[in-house]
Amino acid sequence: MTMDPNLDSPRTAVSNPPIQPMKANLGVGDVVRASAMPDLPKPERQLTPVAKLIDVSKCIGCKACQSACAEWNDTVPEIEHNVGMFENPHDLTPDMFTLMRFSEFDNPQTGEFEWLIRKDGCMHCEDPGCLKACPAPGAIVQYSNGIVDFIHENCIGCGYCVTGCPFNVPRVSKTDHKSYKCTLCSDRVAVGQGPACAKACPTQAIVFGAKEDMIEHANMRVADLKSRGYENAGIYDPEGVGGTHVFYVLHHADQPELYSGLPANPQISPVVRGWKGVTKTIGLAVIGAAAVGSVLHGLFARANRVSAEEEREAEHLVETTVPVKGEEAS
Amino acid sequence: MTKPLYSEKGDHLESTAPVRVSRYRGYTRANHWVTALSLIVLLLSGLALFHPSLYFLTGLFGGGQNTRWLHPFVGILLFFSFFVLFAQLWKLNLPRPEDRTWVSQIGDVMKGNEERLPELGKYNAGQKGVFWGMSILILVLIGSGVMIWEQYFPDLVSIPVRRWAVLVHSLAAVAIILVFIMHVYAAIWTRGTISAMTRGSVTGGWAFRHHRKWLREVAGREGRDPAE
Ligand code: HEM
Ligand code: SF4
Ligand code: SF4
Repeated sequence: MTMDPNLDSPRTAVSNPPIQPMKANLGVGDVVRASAMPDLPKPERQLTPVAKLIDVSKCIGCKACQSACAEWNDTVPEIEHNVGMFENPHDLTPDMFTLMRFSEFDNPQTGEFEWLIRKDGCMHCEDPGCLKACPAPGAIVQYSNGIVDFIHENCIGCGYCVTGCPFNVPRVSKTDHKSYKCTLCSDRVAVGQGPACAKACPTQAIVFGAKEDMIEHANMRVADLKSRGYENAGIYDPEGVGGTHVFYVLHHADQPELYSGLPANPQISPVVRGWKGVTKTIGLAVIGAAAVGSVLHGLFARANRVSAEEEREAEHLVETTVPVKGEEAS
Repeated sequence: MTKPLYSEKGDHLESTAPVRVSRYRGYTRANHWVTALSLIVLLLSGLALFHPSLYFLTGLFGGGQNTRWLHPFVGILLFFSFFVLFAQLWKLNLPRPEDRTWVSQIGDVMKGNEERLPELGKYNAGQKGVFWGMSILILVLIGSGVMIWEQYFPDLVSIPVRRWAVLVHSLAAVAIILVFIMHVYAAIWTRGTISAMTRGSVTGGWAFRHHRKWLREVAGREGRDPAE
């Protein structure tokens, strides 16, 4: 199967790249939203929304995806110590954009032990908190196919994206002071290739394509899981952030927290909304009014001046108070 | 010698005809200007990140990365510089009964009808408000600022706390900018005030009009200087 170069995005990660040359998309013209750029013009075309589906029930925890990610993105995660578990490195880092998280669950209903393995990383939110929080124009962009990407040359390293993200994903580098996270392989998708992790996954627990197709595929997987006794199986595509372009099939969709703390109802925190919303508009208006008001008042109102009379009175006051000095001197 | 109530020990008459009263020694003035300069740098670099329409201010500091780096360090400088200033000024900024009258007659203050106001010590209630407002806001800003300092304290507080910290930091920043505008405005509107921080002294008339108790105390002390 090869990709049709006339499509605007790959429909699978399994295929080899198109043989015919194709024009890269995901340029400036495909940006629908950019951080700190409220008046961005609407792009001329709408790309097909894409998605990566992670079927947790199929994952065997081999971490091929993690390796493929580091390889494609050319990152070198630091070698750490074995602390008796498979999770490694200990957390997402500026050099590790995706991390297999392993949690052990004693299912009280079945009495069975379950090993729940979740591939953590950026969810590519439809309503991204990172983008909302970022103060640097164009440091975070969202393309019309749904991919949220960090444009590093515009990043100033302030860490506001960390504050804004409901999934605790971005990591600011200690060496170049720029923020890093999964790009959904935007540089591959732009030229018709699926994400490296999806391509590497030996069980096809990670699949990639149009979001519509992925939802259909996920529904099939959920039906299959239900038929095999996982009655709470379901899709995790959280509404609170407008849906995500990386989403999960979970066997326990009623308890997403089981999967190393996947939030049940993620949304951009109201504190972040208040900070980036009213605080800014009202704050700026009040500061502006105070500045303009005091300049106008200064120009047109009468100044508070000291009169010549008051200078004389001061001399008088001093003369009648100070004599002590004269007496001592005589 | 009785403890001064309305003046610092160092405040003295520089001359008697015409009267000039020394208000701040050079050390305090330098301290004030370091504080003022750092506050200005902070508000420019902070506002650059505050709103997209002000991001261009990062150009003053050589770009976004430099602005992000510089701001917290100047914050630390401001904190210590203000702390030294605080130690020198806090006593005479404690509230006194006449402050209440002054505030209740704020209309006369605005109209410049100072003959109707009570005689005041070295500071009026407005100046005291600026002093305590700055003191509290700088504490809030340093506290919340360290919590959102990505470069050195990325894991100091949890992400939910960090969200509150950045909200508090920007609200406190708005507040301190308003206090700052008021402070500068009052210094300019009340003619003759600026020389207190440039030359270190004011005219007798200025002291008579705005801070008569202070003038009385300084004049009364003259000649009884223990150095004589
Ligand atoms: C009077 C002083 C200060 C003013 C006017 C001020 C103002 C601001 C403003 C307006 C912002 C942007 C907030 C936003 O984007 O909503 C900011 C960010 C920030 N401030 Fe301050 N601030 C002051 C003092 C401090 C202090 C004392 C610290 C101490 C460490 C500090 C550390 C930070 C940090 C870390 C940021 C995040 C951006 C960055 O890393 O540069 N600030 N400040
Ligand atoms: S998961 Fe976090 S970093 Fe990724 S798009 Fe959503 S808010 Fe941004
Ligand atoms: S660290 Fe970079 S990407 Fe994150 S909010 Fe700051 S400027 Fe934006």
